Amino acid sequence: MLASTASRWLHTARLGIGEHYRIIQSNPLSRIGFRLIVVFLVIAAFAPWIAPHDPWEMVYDKDGQFASLRPPSWEFPLGTTHLGYDLFSQLVLAARTTLVIGAVSGIISILIGANIGLIAGYYGGKVDEVLMRLTDILYGMPFLPFIIVLIALFGRKLEFVILAIVLIIWRTSARVIRAQTISIKQRQFILAAKARGASDLRIIYRHILPNVLPLLLLYAAFNIAWSIITEASASFLGFGDGETISWGGMLYELWLSGKTRVAWWWFAAPSICIVLLVTSLVFVSRAYEEVANPRLRKR
Amino acid sequence: MALIELNQLTRHFEIRPGLVDRTVRGKPSRLIKAVESLNIAVGENEILGIAGESGCGKSTTCMMIAGLLPPTRGQIIYRGSDLATADAAVRKEHRRNVQMIFQDPYESLNPRFRVADIVAEGPRALRLWDQKEIGDRVESMLAGVGLNPGKYTERFPHELSGGERQRVGIASALVMQPVMIIADEPLSMLDVSIRAGILDLFRELQDQRGFSSVYVSHDLAILGNVADRLMVMYLGQAMEVGPVEQVIRSPKHPYTRALIGAVAVPDPRVKRPVPKISGDISRPIDPPPGCRFAPRCPYADDSCHDTFLELDTSDPTRHQAACHRLHVLPDEGL
Ligand SMILES: Nc1ncnc2c1ncn2[C@@H]1O[C@H](COP(=O)(O)OP(=O)(O)O)[C@@H](O)[C@H]1O
Ligand SMILES: [Mg+2]
Repeated sequence: MLASTASRWLHTARLGIGEHYRIIQSNPLSRIGFRLIVVFLVIAAFAPWIAPHDPWEMVYDKDGQFASLRPPSWEFPLGTTHLGYDLFSQLVLAARTTLVIGAVSGIISILIGANIGLIAGYYGGKVDEVLMRLTDILYGMPFLPFIIVLIALFGRKLEFVILAIVLIIWRTSARVIRAQTISIKQRQFILAAKARGASDLRIIYRHILPNVLPLLLLYAAFNIAWSIITEASASFLGFGDGETISWGGMLYELWLSGKTRVAWWWFAAPSICIVLLVTSLVFVSRAYEEVANPRLRKR
Repeated sequence: MALIELNQLTRHFEIRPGLVDRTVRGKPSRLIKAVESLNIAVGENEILGIAGESGCGKSTTCMMIAGLLPPTRGQIIYRGSDLATADAAVRKEHRRNVQMIFQDPYESLNPRFRVADIVAEGPRALRLWDQKEIGDRVESMLAGVGLNPGKYTERFPHELSGGERQRVGIASALVMQPVMIIADEPLSMLDVSIRAGILDLFRELQDQRGFSSVYVSHDLAILGNVADRLMVMYLGQAMEVGPVEQVIRSPKHPYTRALIGAVAVPDPRVKRPVPKISGDISRPIDPPPGCRFAPRCPYADDSCHDTFLELDTSDPTRHQAACHRLHVLPDEGL
C-alpha cells in the first residue's frame, strides 16, 4: 500500500514536470530567471573545480608581486582583497554556501509553513486557534535580536544561521497557505471526496495540497530569496558562520577591511550576485503567481 | 427492513449576527430550520423522488442521508442501525454503500485530478480492492457510463464537457458498487439537450445494478419518469408522499396541487381547481410552529398555524398529505 502510494506520487510528480516547465517558459522574465538560477546552480556544484585558488590563499601575480587590492584584470578577473585573496575564487565558492543556505532554509521553511497552514486551515477551530497564535508570537519577534541570542548561546554555526532564518521565515507562508486552504476546503469537490470515503489526512494531502501547489511554489521561491537576503544581512553584521564563505560574508570582510571606498570591485561582485539571484527567484515566482492567482493572468 | 429510514430527521442552521450586532445591538442569533421532522423509509431497489422549490431543504436532506452533515435531531437508520450510535464497521459500510451524485459537475470534480484518479478515489480511499483491480474496474466503469476509457482516463475535468463531467461523477459514485445513490438534482446544471442522455444512463444503470435511490429534482416530469415514490417538501417539511403517479395525477395537498398546476396540466380536458398561491416563498428563518405553507394557503385555519400534521410512514405504499384541511378542499378531477 505504501509502495503504491509512493509510486502514485512519483507518477504525479513526473507528470507535473511538463507543467512546471510550461509555467516557467510562459513568460520571458521567468525564462531568464530560470536560466540564471541554473547557471548559479552549475557554478555552485562545480565550485572547487572552477575556482582557480583557495578562498583564503594569498595570491601573487605573474611577476611574483603580492597581489593586494588589485582591481579586475585578466589575471584576477574580479580583483583581489587587501589580504591578497582572489575574489573570483571567493565568489564561486561562496555561491555554494549561499545557495545551500537559501535552498535548505527556503525548503524547510516552506515545509513547516505549508503543513501548519494546511492543518490550521483544514481543521479550523481550536487547532487553528493554537497554531495561529503561535505564528502571531513569531510575527512579533524581530530577526536580529533573535539571531544574536542564538549565536551568543551556540556560536557562529551554519546550522544556527539556518535555524534562525527558518524560524523567522515560515510564518508568512503558513498564513497564506492557511487562507488558501480555507477557501479550497469549502469547494464541493472536497465534499465529494468525503462522500467517497477519503479521510482527513487524505483530503489534506491528496485533494487540497495539489490545489495549493502553485501558491506553495510561489512562496518556496520567495522563501529562498528571503533566506538569501537574510543570510547576507546576518553575515554582513558578523553573525554568519565564520568557517564558510558566503556572499554576505564577503561584504562583511570588505566592511572590516575599511576599504569600502576604494575597492569598488570587492563590493560589486557579491552584491550583483545577490541581486541577480534574488531577482531571478522573484521572476520565476511571478510566473507561479500567475497560476496561483488567475486574476493576474492576461488571457 | 428498509434500507434507509429517516426518523424525525431535523436540521437547523444557526445564523449568528456579527460580533458588533450581537454584543452592542443585542441581536439574537436566528435559526434556519432547513429540515423539520422528516419521516420516510426507502426500501431496497426503490427510487424515492424528492420534489420542492429551491431552498426547501432537499440538499440538506441528501447530505444527512449521505452522512456528510450531522442531524440536529432525529435519526438516520441504515439497515436497522442508527448511524449516530452505530459502530465503526456499520458506518464504514454506510460510507461505501450510500453514494452521492452532486448537482454541479463543474464544482464537484477536483480540477487537479485526472478522470481515472477521480473515479478510483473512492475504492482507493476505502481500500476496496488492490491497485490492479481498481484500475480494471475504473476502466469498465468508465465504459459503463459511455466514456471510452482509452480516450478519457488521462484527461482533466477542464477538458470535459458538462455532460462528460456528470458521467464521470456518476462513475465515481457507482464504481463503489453502492446499494443506494443519492442524486441531488444531477441534471439541473446541464444543457437541456443532454439531460435526456444522462437520465437514460441513470435508469439503465439502475436497471442493471439494482441500487435504490433518493432522486432530487424540482422537475416533476423527470421525477414522474424515474421515481417509484414521491415526497413533496415545502420549507423543510414533508407535505405529501405517495406512489409517484398518484401524487402527480391526483395531488391531495394544497401545496402539491399548486406546484403541479404551476408546472403543467397534463390533460387540458381535466379541470382541476388549483388554489391560487399568494405571498412569497421565504427562507424558514425562525418559523412559527404549524404548517409552513399555512401563511400562503387559502384553506388554512387556526389548527394549521398551531400544529403540523406529520406523515405516518408505517405504510410505504400509502398516499397521504400532511394537511388538516383535506376535507374542505374541493375534489380533484381524476
Ligand atoms: N450551511 C448552511 N448554513 C446556513 N444555512 C444553510 C446551510 N445550508 C443550507 N442552508 C439553508 O437551508 C435551507 C435549505 O437549503 P437546501 O437544503 O440547500 O435547499 P434545496 O437543496 O432544496 O434548494 C435554505 O434556506 C438554505 O439557505
Ligand atoms: Mg439544492
